[in-house]
Amino acid sequence: MVQPLHYLKESASQTAGPYVHIGLAPGAAGFDIYHAELGHDIIGPNAQGNRITVTGSVFDGTGAPVKDVLIEVWQANAAGHYPGAGEVEEGFRGWGRVIPDFDTGVFRFDTVKPGAVTGRDGRRMAPHLSLWLVARGINVGLNTRMYFGDEAEANAADPVLGMVEQAHRRETLIARAEGGTYHFDIRLQGDDETVFFDI
Amino acid sequence: MTQNDLFGRDLIQRDREWHPPAYAPDYKTSVARSPKLALLSLGNTASELTGPTFGHGDIDPVDSDLLRNYASTGDPIGERIIVHGRVLDENARPVPHTLVEIWQANAGGRYRHRKDSYLAPIDPNFGGCGRTLTDAEGRYAFRTVKPGAYPWRNWVNNWRPAHIHFSVFGTAFAQRLITQMYFEGDPLIAKCPIVRTIPDQRAIDMLVAALDLNASVPLDSIAYKFDIVLRGHRSTYFENRPEGN
Repeated sequence: MVQPLHYLKESASQTAGPYVHIGLAPGAAGFDIYHAELGHDIIGPNAQGNRITVTGSVFDGTGAPVKDVLIEVWQANAAGHYPGAGEVEEGFRGWGRVIPDFDTGVFRFDTVKPGAVTGRDGRRMAPHLSLWLVARGINVGLNTRMYFGDEAEANAADPVLGMVEQAHRRETLIARAEGGTYHFDIRLQGDDETVFFDI
Repeated sequence: MTQNDLFGRDLIQRDREWHPPAYAPDYKTSVARSPKLALLSLGNTASELTGPTFGHGDIDPVDSDLLRNYASTGDPIGERIIVHGRVLDENARPVPHTLVEIWQANAGGRYRHRKDSYLAPIDPNFGGCGRTLTDAEGRYAFRTVKPGAYPWRNWVNNWRPAHIHFSVFGTAFAQRLITQMYFEGDPLIAKCPIVRTIPDQRAIDMLVAALDLNASVPLDSIAYKFDIVLRGHRSTYFENRPEGN
């Protein structure tokens, strides 16, 4: 016998289920209960930087849109600072909740384009949004990142994109730029499957 | 905290053999919603080690009382219960001031959701969601009614055990967790394909709340105790970390 290591085990994940909106977005479930739902406003009223819109869909392995997904967004401000780890504008939360239209499966949210953030080894990471997806049929929330199609130079130098062994798979993490709007589809399974991270 | 302080705060890796796999075919919806390719392991950066914070300005005290937060003509129907516990990390340290959100069906197993068409009725005095912040010692408590079992279209005759969905944040985006709490003694737990996505019985047992008569309110409410464990930070003694461990 050896001395026991007194670590606890993490509580196991379970699916968020089809009715995740009741808890995390009750308005979408069809009722009004809280004085303010959390996650509607990522950046607050004082955010500096370029205002952008992000839109897209999440698709399952058959190519059908996942209409009951809930996505959480986490990002730095335009100067590349996260709340809690640097100066951010008053009211800048950096976090939001996004749900697609129940009929079409298309999601859309407004934010500012984040600045570059320093990575592990001091190298700059290209501007990106961290995304976390939960839904019916997803047993553990899926982590991915969205990079920006008009940051080709920064993306080429990004240490995380560089870790994706198959170069063509990096494209699954890069949103197509069209003016101030970025189109980003996520494919859970199959052709052009999005890269998901164990973070 | 500055960004530099984050380095050396890496999280203990998630044990992917303890959590359910993405592909768990007895839970049918997972078949088309599970990635086929491997996850890419990513050393933690500021993007993973920071996370949102919430304060008392974000929520109301009544938000944690599901007997009252949607009541209009009286109390909801059902078994009055208190669900309480602590949010800890894997180092057994409390996680203070973190947001805990819950949602559940009513006593008859019906959800207040536009997509739920189960024939059991809606309770006019029950919404089914709550939220609270843990205190300085990581404690939280909700008051609610015990949810009923409900049928779902998986196999022809599948019934979910009584359960409450939990969403917890921690301090890092990489600690984000959604899980479900079950109730001690429920014979449906062992039959449920969603529960059984979890491969290790010890991990299932951690999701079953114990009856806690010591925290019940006599002649008022029964209590269940449910502790939640989030990922802890690693101790890395010889990394380049001048400020020490």
